[in-house]
Amino acid sequence: MLYAILCYHDEATVCAWTKEQDAAVMGKLKVVQDRLIKEGRLGPVARLLPTTAATTLRKDSDPPLVIDGPFAETKEQLLGFYVIECAALDDALDIARDLGRANPGGSYEIRPIGLFMPGSAGA
Amino acid sequence: MSDIGWIDASLTSARPQAIGALLRYFRDLDTAEEAFQEACLRALKSWPQNGPPRDPAAWLIMVGRNLAIDQRRRSNKQEALPDEEAISDLGDAEADLAERIDGQHYRDDILRLLFICGHPDLPATQQIALALRIVSGLTVKQIARAFLVGESAMEQRITRAKSRVAAADLPFEAPGAVERSERLAAVAAMIYLIFNEGYSANAGEVDARAPLCEEAIRLARLLLRLFPAEPEIMGLTALFLLQNARTPARFAADGSIVLLDDQDRTLWNSGLIAEGLALIDKAMRHRRPGAYQVQAAIAALHARAARPHDTDWAGIDALYATLERLQPSPVVTLNRAVAVSKTRGAEAALAMIEPLAERLSGYFYFHGLKGGLLTQLGRKQEARVAFDRAIALANTATEAAHIRMHLDRVLRDSAPEHDALG
Repeated sequence: MLYAILCYHDEATVCAWTKEQDAAVMGKLKVVQDRLIKEGRLGPVARLLPTTAATTLRKDSDPPLVIDGPFAETKEQLLGFYVIECAALDDALDIARDLGRANPGGSYEIRPIGLFMPGSAGA
Repeated sequence: MSDIGWIDASLTSARPQAIGALLRYFRDLDTAEEAFQEACLRALKSWPQNGPPRDPAAWLIMVGRNLAIDQRRRSNKQEALPDEEAISDLGDAEADLAERIDGQHYRDDILRLLFICGHPDLPATQQIALALRIVSGLTVKQIARAFLVGESAMEQRITRAKSRVAAADLPFEAPGAVERSERLAAVAAMIYLIFNEGYSANAGEVDARAPLCEEAIRLARLLLRLFPAEPEIMGLTALFLLQNARTPARFAADGSIVLLDDQDRTLWNSGLIAEGLALIDKAMRHRRPGAYQVQAAIAALHARAARPHDTDWAGIDALYATLERLQPSPVVTLNRAVAVSKTRGAEAALAMIEPLAERLSGYFYFHGLKGGLLTQLGRKQEARVAFDRAIALANTATEAAHIRMHLDRVLRDSAPEHDALG
């Protein structure tokens, strides 16, 4: 069974870390990640850019509505995610609209990825 | 990260919101600041034992408010004894919070705090110093270092700014939509000043002034979280991120300026560039261009070019033309001339800047660019005159040394030089 671990933290606090503090946390995480890599168990890992860089496509309306900012509703739950290579935000929105036509309702939050490691688990 | 490290980061990020709310209660900057300090001292004692509160800013606001009320009552003996229930009771405080935490309220608190620090009555240097002290929580020593002045001079500057603000008519009422957008524009301009103050550093000052750029980025991100659909705030944030990304490549080991064309682009911070590009991308979708967005779009075209000759100079020329319309200024035209020199040649660029001669006669960069263009055209004698003038007007030894280097090349009769802003 593959498990996803979703990371939550106060963004303002994490953005207030100094370069050194950030590097220290990343260094400690890397120790754990390296062990998992050696064991062949680590899948993709992504560090997302801040929510200020996010755009949300609400697909409960037709045509879907594009809203600045992260997905903020609490009545819906996170059910999955995609990682897609896109030329620009408009490209990502087009793909999200295509996906939305196949599966209307709910929302997609489109969030640029800052750091991505493809990993090898389940390969 | 250690407990203290986590608490420090948490106090720093809660600061604008907490001081903003305390300012709304007490309508006095000093009281708000002291109340926040007291609350931080309590947090340092309480959080390691009890664990961090769910909402650190709300905790600091309530504790700070109660401590300040307590303090006021104690210093005013005429008044009745404090009502125990109203002070230092965290149980009540948490209950009170539930109804008080509402995004709009906090958004206006932070905006008001920033607006007051950037009060139009204050000269720019006082605005920046006050914002860094009150909103960012930098120490007077850190600010003095960033401004390259003594600590007591900076202390005085901040005290003067505070008394000026206290004497001014402060806007405590909830703002209407028009006022809110006016305040937002004033605050954005103040944050832009902070960034420029940091970015215009010399090589030797980069370490001291870097915190100004970092603070400006933090404040811009904060504004963007409060106003997520404002394209100009996206543009402002993107501009800072894209420019700051180049910092590691802007100076050579000997402290001399490295021009954009000559910078080692592998030194650019790719994380900041990714975020900046994502933000400008988002902003442009709104089709509501503004000066910050256009400047960010120019920085984005530089950031997207892996090598200098990949730069989309025609695009940059067009963006500067837009900026000239949005915010006409001879300096903007001067910058546009750099792009024109790349696309249409030095002759066209020179024709573009010649009408600016009178207005920019005291501007170092005008004569530097003119000298560079004349050199390209082989008009060496005129180039020397322009470079001499630039050296005389240089603000810093680094600038003067940079022009002297160009001058040396002219004298050595070397190949034509390109020039662009660093």
